[in-house]
Amino acid sequence: MLVEARILAGEVAILDGLSLTFSAGPPTVLIGPNGAGKTTLLRAAMGLLPLTSGRVTWGGREQAAPDRRAILFQRPAMLRRSAAGNVRYALAAAGVPRAQRAARIEELLALVGLEKFAARPARRLSGGEQQRLALARALARNPALLLLDEPAASLDPAATKAIEDIVRAVAARGVKVVMSTHDLGQAKRLAGDVVLLHRGRLLEHTPAAQFFAQPRTQEARKFIAGELLV
Amino acid sequence: MPGDVSAFDLVLSGDPGLYAIVRLSLLVSLSAVLFAALIGVPAGALLALTRFRGREAVIVVLNAMMGLPPVVVGLAIFLLLSRSGPLGSWGLLFTPQAMVIAQTVLVAPIIAALTRQTIEDLWVEYREELAAMNIGPARRVATLVWDARFSLVTALLAGFGRAAAEVGAIIVVGGNIEGFTRTMTTAIALETSKGDLPLAIGLGIVLISIVILINALAWGARRAGERYAG
Ligand SMILES: Nc1ncnc2c1ncn2[C@@H]1O[C@H](COP(=O)(O)OP(=O)(O)OP(=O)(O)O)[C@@H](O)[C@H]1O
Ligand SMILES: [Mg+2]
Repeated sequence: MLVEARILAGEVAILDGLSLTFSAGPPTVLIGPNGAGKTTLLRAAMGLLPLTSGRVTWGGREQAAPDRRAILFQRPAMLRRSAAGNVRYALAAAGVPRAQRAARIEELLALVGLEKFAARPARRLSGGEQQRLALARALARNPALLLLDEPAASLDPAATKAIEDIVRAVAARGVKVVMSTHDLGQAKRLAGDVVLLHRGRLLEHTPAAQFFAQPRTQEARKFIAGELLV
Repeated sequence: MPGDVSAFDLVLSGDPGLYAIVRLSLLVSLSAVLFAALIGVPAGALLALTRFRGREAVIVVLNAMMGLPPVVVGLAIFLLLSRSGPLGSWGLLFTPQAMVIAQTVLVAPIIAALTRQTIEDLWVEYREELAAMNIGPARRVATLVWDARFSLVTALLAGFGRAAAEVGAIIVVGGNIEGFTRTMTTAIALETSKGDLPLAIGLGIVLISIVILINALAWGARRAGERYAG
């Protein structure tokens, strides 16, 4: 849960007075125009950005951030290793015993459809393949909270469907997924609840069905209708 | 030109005096690069990954030290090792060890400065991913040095090129004693001034060939490595 979170870059607030609770259940989907603050919110939830004011609490306690958090960045960086090497590194970092790593690597690469590329240098993979590899790396941490920043942004329809299936499967196992997207169809397909951000402020946080049927705010109506939010 | 013919004759006939000179040159320069790497790589990595007051100044000075005049380094080491100097009791002046020390001092800043740049660039790329994987400081350094290893070869090569080519430092602290501290560069300087051009030219050919050979080997190693790790 974020309470009155505020993040300043110099004088400018990139997140402002934002309070938000992620409750267990189906994925929470963040939407909003470019620069709304989706990435900033996800990075703050991952603990990568200090809040200027406000606080982040986990189950009521401020300190006990779950260790088992993972994030898929909007533009993931590939380690200069093979695809399998990237996953192996994440497994090692998560403390998975050496003896179990090979089997997990195979399993994770198959899950994201990259089993044929295990030995390929990760930086030689295509953009979409890199994104799927980064998802495998995030899943290697066996997270309780999985943050995904536009996980399907550069994927073809088949890969997008594969990612959505993975998200559903992971969420069904009890993993809390919080993801951003610009694809309203995807939001409809996956979201339990929708968060609409605009200029660092939270405009709306409602159950998905309600969000798409009866948006509360003028901006949400515009956004769903595909109008420009300025 | 008759000089050329006798230079090649000298090289091809395997003149023992010439080979002793070549052997010592390689031994001194390669030892210096080894010691400089042991100092420069950790120092460069540390400088890349820590933030402290005056860091920028340290970087500027370090970069400037890449261009230290060899003769001045030789002079400084000479003063340290001379009988009345602080390390005079070691009795190292005019020995190959003194030459290794002088070249280490000359090469370490080059390796440190290039390592700093390489590791810092890679860190900018890896930073958030490593933070998201909860990688501690020790493992971070290990990861960055390992993943940058093929680029670091270039730093070592630059150091070797500098050591193999310089004459000012080793002639001051080594004294160019025949059969003991005479190297290719000091011999070339001496023979040229004495007018024995065939030997000078022969040594020049050998020196350039060795530098090209070592660069070719390192280049091949780097290409092979990149093919494997991206
Ligand atoms: N380090 C920073 N310094 C200054 N401004 C920043 C910084 N990081 C982000 N911003 C600004 O904060 C705003 C929100 O950025 P953020 O990346 O969170 O947007 P986003 O919702 O993820 O957008 P997109 O849909 O384009 O990914 C943007 O206007 C951005 O320029
Ligand atoms: Mg973003």
